[in-house]
Amino acid sequence: MGMIDASVLERVLASALRTGGDFAEVFAEDRRSSSALLDDGRVEELTSGRDRGAGIRVVVGDTTGFAHTADLSEAGLLAAAEAAAAAARGGGGGVRTVALGPVIAPGRGFDIEIAPIEVPKARKVALLTQADETARSVAGAISQVSVNYSDSLRRILVANSDGLLAEDETVRTFFAVSCVATGDTGLQTGRETVGHTIGFELFDRYDIDDLARRAADRALTKLAARPAPSGQMPVVIGSGGGGVLFHEACGHGLEADLVSKGASVFAGRVGQQVASRGVTVVDDGTMAREWGNIAIDDEGHPAQRNVLIEDGILTDYMWDQLRARSEGRPSSGNGRRQSYQHLPMVRMTNTYLLAGTEEPEDIIASTERGVYVKHLGGGQVNTATGDFVFGMTEAYLIENGEVTEPLREGNLIGNGPEVLQRIDALGNDFAMGPPGTCGKDGQGVPVGDGVPTLRVTSLTIGGTAA
Amino acid sequence: MSDELLAVADRVVAMARSGEQVEAVVVRGTDTEIRVYGGEVESLSSAQSQGVGVRVVVDGRQGFAYAGSLDESVIAETLAEARDNATFATVDEFAGLAEPDGVATPIIDLHHPALEALGPEAKVALAIEIERAVRAADARIVGVESAEYADSVAESAVATTTGIRTAGRESTCYVATYALAAEGDDVQTGFGFSVGRDPAELDPARAAAEAAERATRMLGAVQPASGRFTVVLDPWVTAQFLGLIGYTLSGDAVLKGRSLFADRLGDLVASPLLTLIDDPTDPRAFTATDADGEGLAARRNVLIDDGVLTKFVHNAQSARRAGTVSTGNAVRGFRSTPDVGCLALSLRPGTADQAALVAGITDGVLVQEVSGLHSGVNPISGDFSTGAEGIRIRDGQLAEPIREFTIASTLQKMLRDVTAVGSDLQFLPMSASGVSLVVDDLTISGS
Repeated sequence: MGMIDASVLERVLASALRTGGDFAEVFAEDRRSSSALLDDGRVEELTSGRDRGAGIRVVVGDTTGFAHTADLSEAGLLAAAEAAAAAARGGGGGVRTVALGPVIAPGRGFDIEIAPIEVPKARKVALLTQADETARSVAGAISQVSVNYSDSLRRILVANSDGLLAEDETVRTFFAVSCVATGDTGLQTGRETVGHTIGFELFDRYDIDDLARRAADRALTKLAARPAPSGQMPVVIGSGGGGVLFHEACGHGLEADLVSKGASVFAGRVGQQVASRGVTVVDDGTMAREWGNIAIDDEGHPAQRNVLIEDGILTDYMWDQLRARSEGRPSSGNGRRQSYQHLPMVRMTNTYLLAGTEEPEDIIASTERGVYVKHLGGGQVNTATGDFVFGMTEAYLIENGEVTEPLREGNLIGNGPEVLQRIDALGNDFAMGPPGTCGKDGQGVPVGDGVPTLRVTSLTIGGTAA
Repeated sequence: MSDELLAVADRVVAMARSGEQVEAVVVRGTDTEIRVYGGEVESLSSAQSQGVGVRVVVDGRQGFAYAGSLDESVIAETLAEARDNATFATVDEFAGLAEPDGVATPIIDLHHPALEALGPEAKVALAIEIERAVRAADARIVGVESAEYADSVAESAVATTTGIRTAGRESTCYVATYALAAEGDDVQTGFGFSVGRDPAELDPARAAAEAAERATRMLGAVQPASGRFTVVLDPWVTAQFLGLIGYTLSGDAVLKGRSLFADRLGDLVASPLLTLIDDPTDPRAFTATDADGEGLAARRNVLIDDGVLTKFVHNAQSARRAGTVSTGNAVRGFRSTPDVGCLALSLRPGTADQAALVAGITDGVLVQEVSGLHSGVNPISGDFSTGAEGIRIRDGQLAEPIREFTIASTLQKMLRDVTAVGSDLQFLPMSASGVSLVVDDLTISGS
């Protein structure tokens, strides 16, 4: 692939360490993206983007210096190396040479079938109009539709002073339909998204019309929805739609950078039972074609499948290079960054809860009164207290063991360690959910999540109805 | 330096073909970010970045492309991509760039050279100082989750074939910290920050004291019982809600049937106590600017006046479609076409400070933090429900801390339910400033 010559990288790394420094790294990235937007019945615009550059970090003791440049020439990289070294304020000096090993490019074990860059723009645009027409045809109450297509090709190269040299190329394709329905009760919205770490074959796997109809139906359903209840009750989370629950309830709290600062309720709890028996939570960057799939992380470490909670017992945190290094253990392949302009930190990939054995219908049937959340929105957590929220974008009341009336949108709130202990039913119907973007310290990265149907014995529903 | 960017933009515009409208947005930023932990620098990032966004409109079709580079060959490729992209858009009679409208660009002081004169050592010292001050503030402070200093000098230029030609630069900086307080097993957090245009304007001592106070006063917090309460929103919380209300006043949302206020111009939509102003020409606002994203002069717009809805905001295209003129509210980065949005919202302050507002409430809640605004607020339907933490108010006094609850209502109802506006105007690191706000009848969901 050869974004930068190995000999240039060796000289840049040696220069980065010239004033002392324990570790240096070059992260180069070349990202091409394209998107198309239809709104209000018009193809409003197509956008093409190109971002290319390198971030260089130098670590001295506990201090990291970082600089980035859009200039990938040797002179540009040397200038950034010097700036990063100055930022880390290395004291020592002397000459260190860096010899890079052979290129690590583990790949993904599957091929991109149709490179989006090879697909004519007219075909992408045709998808937009098809989805728009289908969504509008569902009902006259569908008053507005917007449709988004986007794809990206991201090539990365990582070289560091330990001799690591790794490369990867990632293709992602995404499609979203958003509908507004208008009725006597005002406006309501419905949105459906699909995204995978694959090429244009995404549209062989998903039926655009089906997606558009589901987005429209979600908005229409809510026109007839009643306000969500206020207070605590059992909550059944639907298969696939609710992985963000674990992303927030425990995922962020198991990130080693937060743990080491005492900013996680899960600090010091490895080996302890932190969840109901039967609960096994995994973060898995190797999960083929999923939105959070990576071959290597943004520090050059191969992606791994990491079991975080096994049968209720906390087994390990997630690690990046720096945290792992200071603990004298290997990285778990969770060092990720938004772009070459950002420092890496501990991030999730695809986070999911393994299936149980119960029939999903039985879980609902055995719930006297509660809320069935079929589709979750995003969420947010305070890892230090464990309190987290997540939004319900499609939810229903459960009355006498049956799913009944639709509910309007709202947040649910709970405390991570408490909620994990309150899971009393796990379905046999595991599914991954829609693509997500996880935000942390201002950086967004693509993540996936998944759950089987499950029940939490008590969560606080943030509605307005008594 | 901005002349240099304008020259780049001019060169792009000069490449326009006959019958084409071309717009170039060129930006360059110098950013420093310093994080400290345990009295040491954890990371120091220092970087310059640049980029160009090119928009082409030809025969009513719009195309766009961007690149994170000002390299001549890259710029030429970007223009070619934008041109190609335009051929796939639907013809739209209202498509087109902004045109000069005769509104004078306000003269405001947004760039303080003192920021660039300061070396990294002094900036590191500010971050270390805020961390030290948080730790020293209270014996119950057991840690500092984050303490950082960040600054940015952003330059931008816009030029078009329609005669727009503007350039400017802005400096901003802030210190921010998250404090961890503990008593036994109970851990609570508190946030504090201070913003300015150069480091001399920062007040790290106040930011540290606020973070420590917010964390320690939450110690012992329990989940409250559900009920309907009078709520005092902290300025920080009010500002986040203003951002959402701003969306409902976007001319684009109105035209596309996504605003719950679409047919309400001239109506009383809020408490008569509320006057909502978007004023990017106030230099105290963190997001103040002299020009909008299309290069038109920034201007002061009164959106809600004594509770009456008076105006929606527009960019050039949404204004043409609505049969009006741009209000100077094009918002964008170089990676996108101009959207429509509010630039620097604020409420006209009242006369009572937060303590006086609290003193007037016999049974209520002070909300100091909300979470999940992106997941629990739907600005199209107006339904909202957010996670919250705060302090119970009993007989005019702050009483016990409470957490793990939600507050819910609709945006429409909340605007009408405001019964007092605080005098405590605060400028925050976001596109809205805050004041304390008293809202009657919010639903609290807890145990």
